[in-house]
Amino acid sequence: MSWLDKIVTNVVRKDTKRVESKVPEGLWKKCLKCAAVLYRPELERNLDVCPKCDHHMRIGARRRLDIFLDPQERHEIGADVLPVDRLKFKDVKKYKDRLTQAQKDTGEKDALVAMKGLLKGMPVVAVAFEFAFHGGSMGYVVGERFTRAAQVALEEKIPLVCFSATGGARMQEALISLMQMAKTSAVIERLKMAGVPYISIMTDPVYGGVSASLALLGDINAAEPGARAGFAGPNIIEQTIRQKLPKGFQRAEFLLEHGAIDMIIARENMRDKVAGLLAKFTNSKVA
Amino acid sequence: MGDKRGRKPPNQELAKMNLNYLDFEQPIAVLEAKIEELRLVGSDNDLNITEEISKLQDKSRKLTASIYSDLSPWQVVQVARHPQRPYSSDYIKRIFTDWDELHGDRHFGDDHAIIGGVARLDGKPVMVIGEEKGRSVPEKVMRNFGMPKPEGYRKALRLMEMAERFKMPVLTLIDTPGAYPGIDSEERGISEAIAQNLAVMSRLRTPIICTVIGEGSSGGALAIGVGDQLNMLQYSTYFVISPEGCANIIWKTVEKAPDAAKAMGVTSTVLEELGIVDETIPEPLGGAHRNIDEMCMTLQGKLVDQVDRLCALSTDELLDTRYKRLMSYGN
Repeated sequence: MSWLDKIVTNVVRKDTKRVESKVPEGLWKKCLKCAAVLYRPELERNLDVCPKCDHHMRIGARRRLDIFLDPQERHEIGADVLPVDRLKFKDVKKYKDRLTQAQKDTGEKDALVAMKGLLKGMPVVAVAFEFAFHGGSMGYVVGERFTRAAQVALEEKIPLVCFSATGGARMQEALISLMQMAKTSAVIERLKMAGVPYISIMTDPVYGGVSASLALLGDINAAEPGARAGFAGPNIIEQTIRQKLPKGFQRAEFLLEHGAIDMIIARENMRDKVAGLLAKFTNSKVA
Repeated sequence: MGDKRGRKPPNQELAKMNLNYLDFEQPIAVLEAKIEELRLVGSDNDLNITEEISKLQDKSRKLTASIYSDLSPWQVVQVARHPQRPYSSDYIKRIFTDWDELHGDRHFGDDHAIIGGVARLDGKPVMVIGEEKGRSVPEKVMRNFGMPKPEGYRKALRLMEMAERFKMPVLTLIDTPGAYPGIDSEERGISEAIAQNLAVMSRLRTPIICTVIGEGSSGGALAIGVGDQLNMLQYSTYFVISPEGCANIIWKTVEKAPDAAKAMGVTSTVLEELGIVDETIPEPLGGAHRNIDEMCMTLQGKLVDQVDRLCALSTDELLDTRYKRLMSYGN
């Protein structure tokens, strides 16, 4: 390294440090829709919904359950179900390494968190997809945890609520992933036969194998405002039909218009709305 | 430039090839051409030529056996998509009698990518539902290349529920490049249509036997693929995403489809090991299309046995076993 390089790097380093100290990392967040720069603590108080344009930002599985369930009496279900690379799948990277990386990045072991808890005092089982983990894709762990959660709901005759956010089935688990569609649909059908309510809330985005199974089998199917959900992604459809898709295609409002969902529920009303529905299904009153 | 599956358009190289044979089968094509040539020459009853022909035929058989004994997953995918591979309608014609095709989903229309109806298998009434790709170009267009829309899956569901009422076993034949990814498909709820089939098939109170006869692509295949018995023909293929789609996502190029096919394990050998497929049904030498009658005889025999075995169970036992099996996927 020449004397000039030394000086230059030092200057640069010093400079970056100064910038960092002035603006603590992550205090501000830009809304992806309206580009408004938002003060993070305020945004969090607003449940990660942009106060300027009402854009419902993506949130993690734990935060989702945290803002949905009552604070007390939460028990996680199926945390002991862990991913196994049955196919020893390898592309440019090993699937095993991809899993380790995703676990490090998200702090989750896989893409679904399931909990038994209370919603306004009413016992419920709630599950949420972690989109940041491998695109929220459904492999064995997601299918198995969902199934175990549904079985708890079935045994205890308490409602099941699912928040989906996913790209679909997980390629790296190939047919094992595909079969999770059959498995989760089968257990949902058992809930139906037993008269145990199942509410499916689609949050941005829900595609592929998850939309073609558990996400559209709710007694109530609902979506957050603006959430996109469909079987095939917009790119695939455009490539197939060779034309541009209409504006708003596959958004929650489109789904409502085409009869795929019962309603759109804003995040701030989620607890009230779901509790109100469940209370009617179970002939009880919201506390 | 290829289409979305990465198939190359015909070029001069391709024009020289015998299109009845896949690229890795060309050595067989060369031998078969020789045999054909000798046959034409040999019309003047030369004994030596007859002998020569039989020698070459033997060689061709051995060569086919040796090529087919060691197919790569990608080669199996190619055989499964062979343009001459028998489709659902070919099997229905040969395996069943007294076939009455039934049409429509009673809501929107009749999807020609799925055919269904009542027939007899060895004298016993059954419901048959199969995905159909179509042979000629106009037929392929009419059948949407075997890509069903919601009304196709809803027709299948209607027929399955009818089979339940009349206590007929349901036999499905799977062969699709996938459910149709289009605007109308989405508008009419393709996801819901597939999901509904999965749910209902898990508890349908009659035996369901599913057989992958060609290409079993993802949710579009599974939507008629939940049941008590899952068969795969030896050179059929079953995947969660097409090898081209997988390659496109991971490697950003469809050229890597062979690697994707290998990584995903798309053949019955792997899927049987994973406990997903119950039985691999052997195909004639060189694939089902080389001897459709033989293929149909084999499949018919298997289906008759499987129907007998499943019909002997009580309905509760049948459903209990089916549910347990569904719950065990991936364990």
